[in-house]
Amino acid sequence: MDAKSKHQSSTVATADMPVRRSAPLRLLAILFKSPVGVAGSFIVAAVVLLAFFGPLISPQDPLGRNIRARFEPPGYVDNNGNTFALGTDQLGRDILSRIISGSRVSVLVGVFSVLISGTLGVIYGLISGFIGGPVDSILMRIVDGLLAIPFIILVIAISGVVGAGLSTLILILGFTGWTTYARVIRGEVLKVREMEYVIAAYALGQSRPMVMLLHILPNVVASAIVLAAVQVGVTILAESSLSFLGLGVKPPTVTWGLMLSDGRQYINSAWWMTAFPGIAITITVLGVVFLGDWLRDFLDPNIRGRA
Amino acid sequence: MRGFFISRMIQLIVTMFIVSVVVFFILRLSGDPILVVAPDFFSEEQIEQMRKFWGFDRPLGEQYLTFISKAITGDFGKSYLAKRPAMELVFERLGYSWMLAAASAAIGLTIAVPLGILSALKRNSLLDLIITSLSSLGTAMPSFWLGLMLIIIFSVHLRMLPAFGALEPKAIILPSATLGVGMAARLSRMTRSAMLEVLSQDYVRTARSKGLQQKIVILRHALRNALIPIVTVFGLQLGWLLGGSVVVESVFSWPGLGRLMIDSISVRDNTVVQAGLLFFALSFILINYAIDVIYIILDPRIKFQ
Repeated sequence: MDAKSKHQSSTVATADMPVRRSAPLRLLAILFKSPVGVAGSFIVAAVVLLAFFGPLISPQDPLGRNIRARFEPPGYVDNNGNTFALGTDQLGRDILSRIISGSRVSVLVGVFSVLISGTLGVIYGLISGFIGGPVDSILMRIVDGLLAIPFIILVIAISGVVGAGLSTLILILGFTGWTTYARVIRGEVLKVREMEYVIAAYALGQSRPMVMLLHILPNVVASAIVLAAVQVGVTILAESSLSFLGLGVKPPTVTWGLMLSDGRQYINSAWWMTAFPGIAITITVLGVVFLGDWLRDFLDPNIRGRA
Repeated sequence: MRGFFISRMIQLIVTMFIVSVVVFFILRLSGDPILVVAPDFFSEEQIEQMRKFWGFDRPLGEQYLTFISKAITGDFGKSYLAKRPAMELVFERLGYSWMLAAASAAIGLTIAVPLGILSALKRNSLLDLIITSLSSLGTAMPSFWLGLMLIIIFSVHLRMLPAFGALEPKAIILPSATLGVGMAARLSRMTRSAMLEVLSQDYVRTARSKGLQQKIVILRHALRNALIPIVTVFGLQLGWLLGGSVVVESVFSWPGLGRLMIDSISVRDNTVVQAGLLFFALSFILINYAIDVIYIILDPRIKFQ
């Protein structure tokens, strides 16, 4: 029912220009009614802006070493009047500037690996659910097998073998994360394909591939988007774990996970090296989680409270 | 009931077969596995000899068959590094990993279930808001970072607890608290929504209208029924727990399977990595089957099928 009306309204909107133009405004109006939605989108927007415009607002050079200002605590001001709000690390580099610079990797990894895994998973789930029968059973058994190895362990093993850099890491996370989408989308397809409008489409003489693309795909996209929001958070956490373990992005690229791995070595003396990058990760993921919660309620009121 | 166990056994075998194929090919993604472990000073001839010794000169399909037929008997080959059977190394660490997982799960459940119930009972109150916010925070936090912060507080500043190793019983406190808090954050959310659903059911209203005490209604009527979804979610979170333990074990130098995996991956000790990955998958699947059985015990309406 719900999926059906959504599908219809999207066709109406394409035909009717004024409705379509006001849609983003309507979305914003709904967004600002929810405090969780506002908080989530504010945090996510801030992190994305930092990733793009970081170099412009960064107080110091994130790679600039200063042997005389090593391990300075938060709030340190050097002789030239430069402020180091969050302190400096073992090479005298400014922690705040490095956190700003590290946002770039988190955003890149979060966005691109989720695009890859989402696309793969949706295609896989769509095909599996649509074809059904023994093909579906085999395809789903493969997914079960892959899901039996916890995601982070699988990723650690692959990046340990392949070796990683930023782009390799994005590919690894993208090519391992698709299984969750495949499972969820396949379940949705099984529901949607029994809907009356799908049967009607067949009755009108549409071919199977057309039904799949025009009538089933649009109605499972909402679930994929909600899941993608969750997965962005999972992926950012996975990247930080990998970089922390030395299996992810390598220096001199700055990432929050690498900063934590530096901080761990000086954990006895310089707590700020460990505390602040972790707070940056937590806030970012929290923003993504909030945005995902809000998207879930917005896109599919039926699943509110569940999951 | 026999049918249930037989069908689960078949499922287990099929899934483990797929896992073994995945694991086998992952470790060959790097191309020639021998070049990775051979010392730089080896000549072409010596490398060729080594390749023959480990069987890497055979066709890939044949290599897999040899691997799987030995793996079934528990023989994963010798560790390149320790020169001991990989299986032995895995078994040495398994106990530590189980200990940590059990302690973390216990901590997670003790925190999550009461908080989740409280949150559901006082829905939309300040307390509910605080509990759900803390749960979101705990979900968003990288578990290994929480571990590092606990080290800073309890080991570096308060000097109360050891930060590394497993030499004294106290050493399990920090790693299990780290994983337990992460688990609790994920579980309390689910407990809350399971409880909310149950509280709106007719039998709870009936129990209340009979004049039963709130305590009895909650414990005997509501919680019992909410346990089913809680147990299911608990099973799903075990995947997170196993994954999280790999990183957390590294932070605390806890001598479990996770740490063995990370160490073996970094020195490319592939036989150990293979054995470890298969064990992780096997334990994950077995725990989930155990949970299916608990599920059936809790809910007599569900039959073994």
